[in-house]
Amino acid sequence: MLDTSVHPAMPPAPGVGYKPQHFSDIMEDAGPVRWLEVHAENYMGDGGRPIAQLRHLAERFPISVHGVGLSIGGEAPLDRDHLARLAHLIGWLQPARFSEHLAWSTHESAFLNDLLPLPYTEATLARVASHIDQVQEALGRQMLLENPSTYLAFAESEMKETDFLREVARRTGCGLLLDINNVFVSATNQQTDPRAYIAAFPLDRVGEVHLGGHDEQADDHGAPLLIDSHDSPVVDPVWTLYAETIARMGPRPTLIEWDTDVPPWPVLAAEAARSDAVLSAVPVDAA
Amino acid sequence: MNVDQSTFRAAILDPALATPDGLVDPAGRTAGKRFDVYRNNVVVSLSRALADAFPVIRKLLGENNFNILAGHFVRRHPPGSPLIALYGAALPDFLTTFAPVQNLGYLPDVARLELAMRQAYHAADATPIDPAALQALDPQHLPMARLSLAPAVRLVASDWPIVSIWRFNMADAPKPAMAAETALITRPAFDPELTRLSPAGGRFVATLASGRPLGDAVDAAARVDDGFDLAQTLGALLAGGAITSIRKE
Repeated sequence: MLDTSVHPAMPPAPGVGYKPQHFSDIMEDAGPVRWLEVHAENYMGDGGRPIAQLRHLAERFPISVHGVGLSIGGEAPLDRDHLARLAHLIGWLQPARFSEHLAWSTHESAFLNDLLPLPYTEATLARVASHIDQVQEALGRQMLLENPSTYLAFAESEMKETDFLREVARRTGCGLLLDINNVFVSATNQQTDPRAYIAAFPLDRVGEVHLGGHDEQADDHGAPLLIDSHDSPVVDPVWTLYAETIARMGPRPTLIEWDTDVPPWPVLAAEAARSDAVLSAVPVDAA
Repeated sequence: MNVDQSTFRAAILDPALATPDGLVDPAGRTAGKRFDVYRNNVVVSLSRALADAFPVIRKLLGENNFNILAGHFVRRHPPGSPLIALYGAALPDFLTTFAPVQNLGYLPDVARLELAMRQAYHAADATPIDPAALQALDPQHLPMARLSLAPAVRLVASDWPIVSIWRFNMADAPKPAMAAETALITRPAFDPELTRLSPAGGRFVATLASGRPLGDAVDAAARVDDGFDLAQTLGALLAGGAITSIRKE
């Protein structure tokens, strides 16, 4: 189950990915936005404006720290220096949540700056679970693991992603971060049913929800190929899937992710207001 | 067929390699364009990080040339850590070896300057001394005083007019004239500030930074140029909040 006892709670309300260009807007009037997410790696410098702004924001808002560089699915051992930097950040900031991805990004000393896919096998499961144990040990807290956007599959995969995530959570006690845009993107790309994915997902483990925009392309055979680009509004089918999921599991802290071609604050706040409407429509004790 | 991360990584960084066997679409066919999404994400996101980090280099080369150069650099020198804000430390040396830009002798030092400004931006905070503390020092003790510099302070010495080039491209300053310039970077609050020093001024600050006393720094600067302007250089350090302590020996 989710451990909410130790750290400041995240409200089951809208949040957004923090962008420095929105600092003044947020401090003046955050509108429907009740919490903020920051990427851990952007706050690992020694000082300066990024750290100072984060300290200010943390006085006003619950912060969710989202790692994009731990390479939890990596075949090699976790980067101990990076884990130490993360532990330092979590230590002084004491955020409401920490989350990372079911993906890998570092191998043979190269950090590839993307969330690369994994084969769903027993060997991957054992490795991911052991890395999560190591992270939770180093941070002294539960983490959330996010379902990925995928563009291809591994012929060697032996299990469904939902079974894989359920088993990781069971073995490690971690929570899950359900990215509903990722569900939609992956299901389209893998030609599966996003509703079946949600139905099979261990919703009782979900501590945070992500929503974001994607881009639409086509593969070599003309099949739709959606790219998790975070550069546009959330599309209507994802809003529908989100509303169905919230109705089923109850309200959860919900993040709007917009990382590229970041719009002016009112546009982002309007997306947050849309998730607020969905969250407010459901009684807190639903599910 | 199983695809390990060495195989995946190699194919990501080398577009001439085929999509690894075992990466498939829903019908079990080779992933092709689907794999190229990851290739593209890696090269585009890292090239974008470089473009943000080296705006003057980008401006000097133009968008297209910069992207071509970044693509080569990213594949040859992928980041060694997830701290993308500090990615590109190998770019200045790469610029000296990349044939299409080898005739642009000033590029590597301009890249060093941009790198140093970014390092300064992320450096640890420090409390500067009150300038009065320096003035209050007994002139007799001044040569023996050792000044500590803030963690954000950086020096980039060049045979090229790198500060003038930076200002011409970023701040509409006049066209640079050929001269050796040393860039002093300070961070009075959160934004790094750039000061042009003469080679002698650069030697003065470098000597202080090495922990030697003020008198030695003045001597070292005077050996470069006996017209060295101590007041101006010290003034730049004080204005930039660059001095964090004075120790009298």
